[in-house]
Amino acid sequence: MTPTSRTLVRVPVWPLFVAVAFAAVALTALVLIENQKLLGAALAITAAVCFCAARFGGVAAMEVAASENPWLLRGLITVASLAVIFVLRDDNFGLLMLATVLIYATICLGLTVQMGYAGLTNFAAAAFAGTGGYTAAMLGRQGGLPDALVLVCGGLVAVFIGSLLILPVLRTRGHYGALTTMAFGVMFNVFLDANDFFGGPQGLKLPGINLFGWDFTNDIHIFGLVLSSYVNYVILTGILTALAMIFVGLLDRSWVGVWFDVVRLDETAASVFGLKIAYWKVLAFTIGNFLAGLMGAVYAKMTGFIAPANFTFGDSLVMVSIVILGGIGNRWGVLPAALIVVLLPEKLQFIQEYRLIFYAVLVIAILTMRPDGLVARRVRKLHTETSA
Amino acid sequence: MTSLSSDVLLESRGLTVRFGGLFALNELNIDVRNGEVLGLIGPNGSGKTTFLNVISGVYSASAGKILLGDIDITREKAHNISSCGLSRTFQRSRLCLSLSVFDNIALGAQRTLNNGLWHNIVQRKSFAAEAQKIADEARELLHVFNPALPDKLFDPAISLGMIDRRRVEICRALIGKPKLVLLDEPSAGMTHDETDQVVDEILGIRKSLGGLTIIIVEHEMGLIERVTDRCVVLNYGKKICEGKFRDVAADPVVREAYLGQA
Ligand SMILES: Nc1ncnc2c1ncn2[C@@H]1O[C@H](COP(=O)(O)OP(=O)(O)O)[C@@H](O)[C@H]1O
Ligand SMILES: [Mg+2]
Repeated sequence: MTPTSRTLVRVPVWPLFVAVAFAAVALTALVLIENQKLLGAALAITAAVCFCAARFGGVAAMEVAASENPWLLRGLITVASLAVIFVLRDDNFGLLMLATVLIYATICLGLTVQMGYAGLTNFAAAAFAGTGGYTAAMLGRQGGLPDALVLVCGGLVAVFIGSLLILPVLRTRGHYGALTTMAFGVMFNVFLDANDFFGGPQGLKLPGINLFGWDFTNDIHIFGLVLSSYVNYVILTGILTALAMIFVGLLDRSWVGVWFDVVRLDETAASVFGLKIAYWKVLAFTIGNFLAGLMGAVYAKMTGFIAPANFTFGDSLVMVSIVILGGIGNRWGVLPAALIVVLLPEKLQFIQEYRLIFYAVLVIAILTMRPDGLVARRVRKLHTETSA
Repeated sequence: MTSLSSDVLLESRGLTVRFGGLFALNELNIDVRNGEVLGLIGPNGSGKTTFLNVISGVYSASAGKILLGDIDITREKAHNISSCGLSRTFQRSRLCLSLSVFDNIALGAQRTLNNGLWHNIVQRKSFAAEAQKIADEARELLHVFNPALPDKLFDPAISLGMIDRRRVEICRALIGKPKLVLLDEPSAGMTHDETDQVVDEILGIRKSLGGLTIIIVEHEMGLIERVTDRCVVLNYGKKICEGKFRDVAADPVVREAYLGQA
């Protein structure tokens, strides 16, 4: 037997540069373009380039380069992100949209752990995010707690509320578990609407973030440039998304990720070989709800105002559709999917009225062409992983 | 064959499993001795798979008792029974087809691995060393069954043929160094020669592991004759005969049970 020592064949890294640069340009263009025809053209070109790259091996080359050089990839993404922020530095609307996309993407990373990995269908992601948002608002009223802790509390309270739900979710199999979360997603709204203590349908106001003495309502002055205060939020959400991506990626490439998959695919085999199904489901549920609550708190503080209408059952469905659209179980897929799903209705005004219909049609259309989503999940290859 | 030590590894007393009005197992007393290969035979629907399911915790007993070593596992959950050193294969393949061969086999070693979040997420060096160790062991096991298999360690299980999938399932059952392995019709879906080959491979590995106890359910009587130390014959959930294959096969009650079914 030959032990597979890591082959030291150098893979070319230029596809990585090209891919990150292209993603940055496409992202900036989609955020900046206002004209609807131009936007359509930009989308079509992006789709065509991605299609060709997949067809002619560009994507494969990029993936190999990325898995061989994870730190180069992270560096490139950081540089590209700074470049995008620089271009959008005083476009408040664009920056707000970008931060919203990142918030959705991170919530959907949590959903990926729940649905894609452990197989727990969660139709209440927006309600868990809302739990985090309302936690931030209520804690803000009391005052005194530093915002870093307020955000973490948003996540923890969502985990707590989730733990009240976990028993029915665990006890009931398949569709019934999904129904339980659905009921919670709907009840969350009804409860808040009827409850004056939480502001009722008018909602609650809350102040912006102040992290370690830095007030996010301030513009950033750096190198003689003035960056809009919203850049603060883009940077914060960007960092949180990056951390969540790294965390979920490590999770996937560890025993925990394997056990999640086994629990999803075959509970009998899982338990016969010693996996305690309930433990792994609770773990996945907790991780996902924490991310939702955390990002919900960030969202609430970013917009400065929350109402039940921000966290509807429809929003939960949108989050599920992002996960499915992106390619269930592939954490990279949620990024383009969140971009499309959040950005298009904002840009294409005529869609807004028919938002949910638009999502339905979009999901059906993309899944017809790509049944595994935009970025299909790859087979895990644990041995290639030697370091973080 | 192997010298029989007389101490009992697994013991069922009055074991009964009911599905509604159907007694799938009816007051079954079976002893499995340490280190033996026990054949479990009987016509279709006689309760062989049910027996394996109930001792591995997939089904729960309606009445009676199961002892593994000194431990009463009658009411234990499947995941706890596994840590007493029991593993198995299934009559119908239960691999996770979309996962790699490695992931599937690693499941068999699950109880020996460090599942802590800190270890898995933060201490990546020691996690990687653990993964490497499992990969080496898996390659070694796979090589015994088919020298071409180690190179497919990171292919999805679905890309393998039927026989190789069986082999992977058997590797999964063996990698955790169990004391007792249950094999439910390892020959299903294989030709005569393939079955012989796979079973020889299992026996080879058994020798190298030393002291492994096996319960094998099988229709292929030639195989049962060749590999078992002792046989138990079930019919309608009851034990109708027990002993060396040669004696069991000559027993008129057993002959009738099989003829009655045919
Ligand atoms: N989960 C179940 N639900 C209902 N009946 C079952 C179940 N599993 C097995 N049985 C019944 O129990 C009897 C024994 O089945 P089984 O143990 O699979 O037989 P064998 O493996 O010997 O062919 C059969 O009559 C079968 O229909
Ligand atoms: Mg059977």
